[in-house]
Order: sequence, then structure tokens, then C-alpha cells
Amino acid sequence: MTKESVIRLCVVVGFIALVEGLCRTGVIGATVMTAPSQMASQLLRVLAAGTYNHDIAFSFINIVCAAVLAVVAGFGLGVVIHSLPRLRQALEPLLSSYYAVPTFIFYPVFIVLFGVGHGSIIAIAVLLAIVAMITATLSGLDRIPAVLRKTARVMRLSRARTALAIELPAALPHLFGGVKLAVAYAFIGVIASEFILSGAGMGYAIAYAYNQFDNANMYALMLLVLLSVTLVNGLLNHIDRRLQRRQQR
Amino acid sequence: MRLLPNVILLLVLLALWESLHLAVGPSAMASPWATAARLASLLAQADTWRHIGATASAFAWSLLLACVGGVALGMLLGLNAMAGNVAEPILMNLYALPKVTLYPLVLLCFGLGLGSKVAFGVMHGLIPILLFTMNALRHLPPVYMRSARSLRLAPWQTAWHILLPAIAGEVLAGIRLGFALTLLGVLIGEMFASQKGLGYLAMTAMGAGDIATLLAIALLLTCFAVTGNALLLRVGRHLEHP
Amino acid sequence: MSRALPLSDLVRMQAARRPEPVHVELAQVTRRFTHPATGEPFQALGPIDLALVKGEFFSIVGPSGCGKSTLLDLLSGLGKPSSGRVLFEGKPVNGVPEGVGVVFQENAAFPWLCVRDNIAFGLRRAGVEAAEVQRRVDYALGFMGLRDFAKAYPAQLSGGMRQRVCIARTLVTQPRLILLDEPFGALDQQTRLLMGDELLKLWRETGATVLLITHALDEAAMLSGRVGVMSTRPGLFIDFVDTGWPADRDSRVVSTPRFGEITARLWEKLRVETLKIMGGAH
Repeated sequence: MTKESVIRLCVVVGFIALVEGLCRTGVIGATVMTAPSQMASQLLRVLAAGTYNHDIAFSFINIVCAAVLAVVAGFGLGVVIHSLPRLRQALEPLLSSYYAVPTFIFYPVFIVLFGVGHGSIIAIAVLLAIVAMITATLSGLDRIPAVLRKTARVMRLSRARTALAIELPAALPHLFGGVKLAVAYAFIGVIASEFILSGAGMGYAIAYAYNQFDNANMYALMLLVLLSVTLVNGLLNHIDRRLQRRQQR
Repeated sequence: MRLLPNVILLLVLLALWESLHLAVGPSAMASPWATAARLASLLAQADTWRHIGATASAFAWSLLLACVGGVALGMLLGLNAMAGNVAEPILMNLYALPKVTLYPLVLLCFGLGLGSKVAFGVMHGLIPILLFTMNALRHLPPVYMRSARSLRLAPWQTAWHILLPAIAGEVLAGIRLGFALTLLGVLIGEMFASQKGLGYLAMTAMGAGDIATLLAIALLLTCFAVTGNALLLRVGRHLEHP
Repeated sequence: MSRALPLSDLVRMQAARRPEPVHVELAQVTRRFTHPATGEPFQALGPIDLALVKGEFFSIVGPSGCGKSTLLDLLSGLGKPSSGRVLFEGKPVNGVPEGVGVVFQENAAFPWLCVRDNIAFGLRRAGVEAAEVQRRVDYALGFMGLRDFAKAYPAQLSGGMRQRVCIARTLVTQPRLILLDEPFGALDQQTRLLMGDELLKLWRETGATVLLITHALDEAAMLSGRVGVMSTRPGLFIDFVDTGWPADRDSRVVSTPRFGEITARLWEKLRVETLKIMGGAH
């Protein structure tokens, strides 16, 4: 383990211990927040009892579908937009101010288009995640060194071969940055939509627990969301680091 | 003539919007014209301006706090390699967290009203600005710092005359993203933690199934965000090619 | 073919001394560009006449911006001339011809492939059978001293080693014409001298015609059989220098008096051209 990871672990553990202490001594009241140890034990209890299994499965199916759709469609659209510089020039201000519009206010529209349930939530999450993938694809294609394309021409590769054997692997580390963001936004989009609008999923379960003043379950579920995000992020970062290490010049 | 692609794009988007409206019917998707008319009638009401004012003040406070906090923390973490390496994964994780789930906690801490809205805005906008600032400093050629030292500049002189100008472009890119996300955060805050503001207005329209109002608000927000973004982009170009 | 050339006599003289067939030929070649800022057309190159005989090692030196790289683009088929003809083995160049290899100044090693796969890349894409790929790559690895690094990735190598990978990648395709565009421009001086030796080895080994573009006079003087000096824009040949080195030369020729004479003659011509660029007030 590197020195940084040790310090990071200490910081995180120290923070948890601090919150634990504040909760135990009553500085943070039980009505505000439950202690981290109680969150964890309550989480284990509900996981063992299977209380929220349906909601957890519902959320994860949504997240996976949304992330895959956003990555595939975002990459495809990115390639098309990259090949049309004038379209790109016109689109760019829209792309970079896109995140200011809260996508889920379009939920009623999606209800009509996709019905209640998975469809609408996935649609909102895709809408949120796809732009990050488009932007990453554009900048990834921009950053392919010109000399690699020249090399492809000297090797007399066809256009399709150049795209598959040179451009795609050269852009991959940047594309993976887009995948990371798309997954993060899919998470945010799914949980937020469920929280605000849906009748199922982890986001809904948190909102429900909040409305019932059920702090024990609410914080257990928040911990679950936090752990899931950390785990998925850690995995993606690991792959990312391996890709980046090769690319350093 | 330079704006011709933008005009064409706008027309295409309008055509897509109109055809979607024709395909799913006015109850699901108001037409562009109906939306524009609704926006005009909304803007004619004094009540709407009260909501816009509430959102604007919350947004201004959030953006100010996010910028100052993000740049200051980003510089601290960017200059200390160890602190930066320790903090980055934690920050990335916070960035990827669905912050809306923290809403009960924010509400308990700040109560209904301006405090919660600003907290939501800052939560969304601060981290990207911080990350951009930190990474700009980490990727700064070391020769800049060595030049500063050889000129015997004081730390504040180094920060003000060397570091900030050198990273201004990157910081501004972070602020552009932070601008959009802060606005998003404020609106989310208003949807739950307020009785005022455009987010609240959208939430009520959503509850009532009032699609035209919803789209009118989205249109207004889009125009504001695109304008703000274009202005920041222009400032950025000016910084890079003075 | 020597009408517009100020030193046409010299060219004919040299051609006459060489019985080998002409391998590459440029006839009245020009290249015009449009200025990106003003939109005005300007002539970057020519009109140029040049003939390279089969198996010769020819270098081009010239001030920066004289169109050296443009000339290489025309020869490799990466660019098209505005007028005139470019012939490789008697056929007009249209797109990159088979039998031409190019080594660039920039690092062109594919960062996602290990050294072995980098070298094999072109052969595999050209559909060469696996056993033959293996044989040629093994040979190139040994020849360029890369055997211990076959499994390394470019990011783990020094700049000189990465350039060896690129040269090996060209070598395995068995080119008959090798074009090098300032291949050692990013390397330090000692590494350059050693890489020069590698290049000479490669030239003797393959028997290919080599055209080297460089801004380093010593590099041109040490490696080439013949050096062409180019003027400022529009790029024209203003001198040709025969070095007279034996075929089995190496970097140690730098310690001979003749090396000094050649370098001095190249600099004498280039100094004037470089001064023109810097303001020409002297």
C-alpha cells in the first residue's frame, strides 16, 4: 500500500470515528443522525432480512441499463458529431451548459413515452449521462496524435482499419474517462429520479423512510448508496489507472 | 454568416421538438409555440419574477461560495502533492455521489429556505471547480515555481502573479462546469426545501401535470445557462489570447 | 530535368558518376499553400528537380520552414504537389506507395501495444503469415538491440529506445525507400550519434534508398553520401555536397578533418539563409 492510501484510510477512519463520537456523546442528536456503527449494523440487518432486496435490484438494473445505453449511444453520437465540425461548433455551447437544466423535470413527458417504472427512470439517467460520454468522445478523438494517423497512412491501412486498429485504442484512455463520468451520472440520475418520482428503488426507499421519520433505515440506505458508489468508482479507477499508465509519454 | 450553423441547428431542434409534440400529443409535450407563449405569459406575472429573484439570489450566493471555496481549496491541495493525492479519490467519490440522497441531512442542518438551497448549490458546484484548480496546479511546469523562487517572490506574490495567471484558463473551465452544476443544485434544493424559486414552480407544475409551464421553465433555464456559459467562454478566450 | 536549377551542372555531374538506376525522381515539383491568417496563397516549395539513385543515402538540410517536411510528404505520398511530377521506381506517386517506409520525429510508437506487437503491427495488418512475422520481428528486435524489451510498453522506454521501435517497425516491412523526418530531433546529442550508427547499419543491411531530413549539419555530414542544402521559402536546392565516405562508415568519422570541411561548407551556405530568416540585417 502506498503512503497516500494509508493517510487516506486514516483520514476516512478518523472522520467516521469523529462522527461516531459526536453521535454517541449526543452532540449530534439522534433525531438528526444515527451513529455510523448503527448505520452499518442496521444495513447488515436489512440486507440479511431482505427488506429492500426488491428496491436494490430495481435500482441496479436501472443503473446498469442507463450506463450501458449512455456509453454506447454517447460514443456513437460523439463520433458522428466529431466528423461534422460545423455541427459541433454549433452544438458546443449547448453541450457545455447542458447540466444546468434539471433533466428530471421532464419526467411527466417520459411517463407518457415510456410508462411508469424502469423506462422513464432509465430515460432520465441516460439523458443525464449521455452528454458526459459525448464530450469525452469528442476530446478523446481530438487528442489522437496526428503522427499516429500519418503512420496509419504510411502502412496503407483502410479507413475502417485505421479507425479500429489506431484511432480507437489511441482514444481509449480518454473514452474511459467518459465511461467513468457516465456511470457516475447514471447513478445520480437513477437514485435522484427514484427519490423524487418513483414508487420503487433505493432512492424511493430513502425518501419513504424520511417521510416516516425512520432515521435508522434512512441512514442505513444512505450508507448503502455511499458504499455502492465507492465500490464502483474504485473499480473503474483501478481500470483507468492501468490504461493511463500505458499512455504516459 | 458565421452563425449560420447555429441557426440551422436551432431550426432542426425546433423541428424535432414540434414533431415530438405531434407524435405524443399536447398532454405529454407542448409545442414550441405553446411553450413560448406560456413563457411570455409567465414573465408578464409579477409572481414569476419573485420566484426568479429567489432563484437568482440563491444562485449568486452559491456560485460565489463555490468559486471562492473551490479555487482556495484547489490551490491548497494542488500545491501540496501529498494532500492532493490523498484527497483526489475522496473528492471524485463525493462528486459521483447522488447528492439528492443527502437532502434529509441538509434540511436538518439548514432548515427550509435560503440556507438549504445555497448548501445544495455549493455541494454540486464546489467540487468540479476544486478538481479543475487542483489538477491545473499539479500539471503546471515546475519551471514556473522555480522561476518564482529565483525571483525571490513572496508566497502571496507567487500565488497572485504566477500561479493564478498560469492556471486561469483551467480554473475558468472548472467554473463553467461549476456554473451549470451550481444552478442544478440550487434548483434541486428549491424543489424540496423551499416555497419559492423556479425549482419550486417546476415542482408544482409537475404535480399538476402542467407540461407547458414545465417546458417554459426549462426553456428559460436553458437560455440563461447557455448565455452564462457563452460569456464565460468569451472571458476564457480573452484570458488565453489577450 | 535540370532547367530551373542553379546548380544543375553539379546534379548532372553527380548523376553521371553513378551508374545505378534512378530510384526516386522529382521533376519541376512545387507546392503552394494558403496562408491561414491572410488567406493569401504562397509558394512553400520549388520548383524542385531531384533524382535519387537506388541505394544512396541522401540528406536534406535547410533552415526551419524551408519546406523540408513538405518535400518528404510529397515523396511519401502523404501530400500532393501543386505542379510537377513525383516518381517512385518509375511510377507516379499517388497515395503512399508499397515499398516506402517513413520514420517521424514525433513518437509514433503505439502506446497500447508492447514493443513486439508494435513492430509486428504493419506486417499483421498486411496479412503476412504468422511464422514470417515472428521471424522478421525477432530479427528486427535483435538488430535494433530491443530483445530484452520485447514485452515492455513504449511508456516504459526512453526516447531513444522508442525511436528504435519505430525504426524496427519500418525495417520489418522491408522498404526499398526509407524516409526519415528529423527522426532524432527529440534526442540528446550522444544518443543521436549512436542512433546514427544504427541508421547506417540499417541502410547497409536493407540496401534501401534513404532520405534523411535534418536540421543538424553534423548529422547530415556524418551519415550521408550526398547532402542537399535548401534555401528559405520557397525551398530550392542551393548546393549539393558529396561526402565521399566509404559505405562501412560510422560515427567515428566526426574526428576526421574531412568531416570538419563538409560541415563548414554546409554551414557557409546555410548561414546566409538562416540570417535571411532572422531579419537579414547583417
